[in-house]
Amino acid sequence: MRYKNKKSTEILEGDLTPMIDMTFQLIAFFMLLINFSEVDRAEEIVLPKSVLATPPTERPDYQIILNLDPDASVVFAGTRYPQISTLGPVLIQEINNAKRGRVSVAAKDIAVIIRAHEDTPTGVVQELIAKCQKEAMEDFKFRVKDQPY
Amino acid sequence: MKYEPTENEDVKLNMTSMIDIVFQLLVFFILTFKVVVQEGDYNIKMPLEGQASNSIEDDPELIRVMLRSGDSGAISTIEVDDEVEVKTLGGDTVAGLFEQLNLYIDSKVAGGSDPESGVETEVEFDIDNDLKYGFTVRGIEAVSGKQLADGTVKKLVGSIKLKDNTSK
Repeated sequence: MRYKNKKSTEILEGDLTPMIDMTFQLIAFFMLLINFSEVDRAEEIVLPKSVLATPPTERPDYQIILNLDPDASVVFAGTRYPQISTLGPVLIQEINNAKRGRVSVAAKDIAVIIRAHEDTPTGVVQELIAKCQKEAMEDFKFRVKDQPY
Repeated sequence: MKYEPTENEDVKLNMTSMIDIVFQLLVFFILTFKVVVQEGDYNIKMPLEGQASNSIEDDPELIRVMLRSGDSGAISTIEVDDEVEVKTLGGDTVAGLFEQLNLYIDSKVAGGSDPESGVETEVEFDIDNDLKYGFTVRGIEAVSGKQLADGTVKKLVGSIKLKDNTSK
């Protein structure tokens, strides 16, 4: 049988509904999972792995995240401080921010989260803790990478 | 003037611009998406000097754990001191050393008098400055709990502090 081309001028339109549905679902998926808090993390830091560390269930009233490199430089809020001794003014600024916040938080209740590289000498970590203690901070957390059992 | 639609009129919306925007949004989210590995915390108690509890009844049972570093910042030996005797833990491998520490703490917590007495056990780490932080975390993990065969976690010591060695 011979096929004859249609001569009609009718425009063919595919049904776009399933594609649009799918695309919206993909957008919803990525919107829910996207994480904009990268500024607190320093990607070059390799955290030690641990099976038993508890993932934080609730956010503390006020927290500061200090990323510590093996060469004793600290990355805080996207800025690198080459020496721990230069952190003083930043910590004082954070303590003042915590006091002036919606919920006033004392220095001793500020959660200091230390994200140290696994090869950092422990003495350097203790130096960082001592620096924070000098500004009256007491609540420390060692952040590690959660390793499934 | 009253609008009267004719019966055969077929209203069609132009979807092109919406689809364009939706695809641009999709591309943006795909490009900025990054899988974040789950992280966890170990709480470390570091009270300021002079704030220790004065009450004798509240004093926890203290176990000191000394982590000694060898060449290139790796762990060499672990010593434990429960204020009665000092022991050096043996182990051929790094994993064996930390397993010994875990067993020691488990035995201390299990044999540690009456659980209803309210006396908790506290571990104070005395760590060499050169020791790599990864080994410190393994030590903290060994005293914090024990992974049982069925996957559940047995909690051992919740109160951990570090001895200040910065002046060494």
